[in-house]
Amino acid sequence: MKIAVCLKRVPDTTTKIVVAGDGKSIDETGVKFVPNPYDEYAIEAAIAFKEKAGAGETVVYSLGADVAQETMRTALAMGIDRGVLLQSPGSPDGFEVAKALATEIGTGGFDLVLFGKMAVDDYNHQVGIMVAELLELPCISAVSALTIDGSAVTAEREVEGGVEVVTCQLPVVITADKGINTPRLPSLKGIMAAKKKPLELKPVTLGPGGVTVTALALPPERQAGKIVGEGPDAVPALVQLLRNEAKVI
Amino acid sequence: MSDINPRARDYADIRQGVRDVCAPFDSAYWQRVDRASEYPEEFVAALTRAGWLAALIPEEFGGGGLSVTEASVILEEINRSGANSGACHAQMYVMGTVLRHGSPEQKKRYLPAIAAGQLRLQSFAVTEPTAGTDTTKIKTFAERRGDRYVVNGQKVWISRVQHSDLMILLARTTPLEKVKKRTDGLSVFLVDLRQGGGTGLTVRPIENLVHHETNELFFENYEIPADSLIGEEGLGFKYILDGMNAERILIAAECVGDGYWFIDKARTYATERIVFDRPIGRNQGVQFPIAQAYANVRAADLMRYEGARLFDAGEPCGAEANLAKMLAADASWQAANVCLQTFGGFGFANEYDVKRKFRETRLYQVAPISTNLILSFVGEHVLGMPRSF
Repeated sequence: MKIAVCLKRVPDTTTKIVVAGDGKSIDETGVKFVPNPYDEYAIEAAIAFKEKAGAGETVVYSLGADVAQETMRTALAMGIDRGVLLQSPGSPDGFEVAKALATEIGTGGFDLVLFGKMAVDDYNHQVGIMVAELLELPCISAVSALTIDGSAVTAEREVEGGVEVVTCQLPVVITADKGINTPRLPSLKGIMAAKKKPLELKPVTLGPGGVTVTALALPPERQAGKIVGEGPDAVPALVQLLRNEAKVI
Repeated sequence: MSDINPRARDYADIRQGVRDVCAPFDSAYWQRVDRASEYPEEFVAALTRAGWLAALIPEEFGGGGLSVTEASVILEEINRSGANSGACHAQMYVMGTVLRHGSPEQKKRYLPAIAAGQLRLQSFAVTEPTAGTDTTKIKTFAERRGDRYVVNGQKVWISRVQHSDLMILLARTTPLEKVKKRTDGLSVFLVDLRQGGGTGLTVRPIENLVHHETNELFFENYEIPADSLIGEEGLGFKYILDGMNAERILIAAECVGDGYWFIDKARTYATERIVFDRPIGRNQGVQFPIAQAYANVRAADLMRYEGARLFDAGEPCGAEANLAKMLAADASWQAANVCLQTFGGFGFANEYDVKRKFRETRLYQVAPISTNLILSFVGEHVLGMPRSF
């Protein structure tokens, strides 16, 4: 089984974000980058399906600056066979990224193309679905359980109040939700082996994007809480404040 | 706040790999294990599964094939995470005796299984109630009878026996009074502990300051196959000595990991804790001891890297390995003391972990070698002064 998996590097969720001087990007100084957690589910699925099939190849794709290679090595350390970095500076929008990925992946003859359901930095939920459209492949998004039997794919999606079960045939694009698996940790041998695995660098030229980020702002600082009293006597005042001031009930 | 260890960017992949394994074993886990005086089995299993304890086994036997420098980074990161390598470091280096002196059959039989984590070789039985550092005086005797050796004697402070499948045993095979040199007549055996109880080996646990599992062993006509012997009969003393430099460097790295942990805790607490309307770290009496302890950890860390560099280059490193261990153990203890003082009463509460780490890092002053023995080594062998004992 030939499997492609796409990976984005994102700031570590514990990093304190600082908006850069241009007011529309983040200051990357001192920011630690990690694989997008949803993409880790996709990586684990790729490795596990290849192991189950007993043969095939897994390839990780990423688009971004050269430093993304470090993050891609994590995928190789987990067990992905090789990597391709589409070298591109700047912050292209989702559609530009999807076009570049689709061009590259489209010629690869993949049975399965895996994404995380979204990147935890921009919350766009776009690229996987767009790549499927561009490749004219079916897409099942936000998959929380996945089985493949021959070429028959069965996926579960967590929908409001329940689970939706959908089926289709390979090839397919899947975007992974949490719950689909538990990503493995890179082992010592995996980390050592990753240093020797092929990681190809391919410059790509992206057109101007359709969407432009014009401003980025941090959420307002949290205000101090208010203690209205103690015990049953405080309940009416609390209800009053929740209803009229916080407007949450 | 940024990492206080400027070398944290070196070997970043190894550091991150170890941190990832250690991360789920949080403060709550260590408090639970400590309160129950238990051996941290799940933690050691996780490190083993990910291959970290097989770092020093060559790749041809299925290990990581790493250098001592790289292996020392693994142990440093374990201690830096808030854990303690004492429970598992021996699985990393005790196999060195088999690797260096074992027969091709022994290596083939044991090393791949140790590398794969199927066999635990993390027990090293040398010390006896009446002979520790004075190793040639050990009395445990292994007598050759046909295709067996019959072992009689007693060992003490033998750690992780209950969590080992195999154990290295040092025993006399020629009585002290019959050898020309007192270092002759000692032999090393690879004992398979899986042959079970009721066979002449009694293991009695010793409750103590730290919970890495340590024991007294009693051998009564305990029989082991003759092919358990490693290398040549009578050369065991030399075999155990030549693993010491690597061990010293690895232990130094553990101390360095502890040192950075304590300093990090202390500086954070000193910056956040407000007394008399200002952070306590604004007081020089609080701040300067932390800075001083940090300076000593950094200095010890340099000696550790120097010892490791020489070892990996195959150059003599006895002085550096011993100095690194002593300096690092002193630095981690100073850092521990400063950290506890900075925390004041809160340092004594279980929930801050300072108390547990304080006890654990104190052990490095005593084991695996006491500070005085290092000083005597340096005085005699590095500075050329008369033997001090």
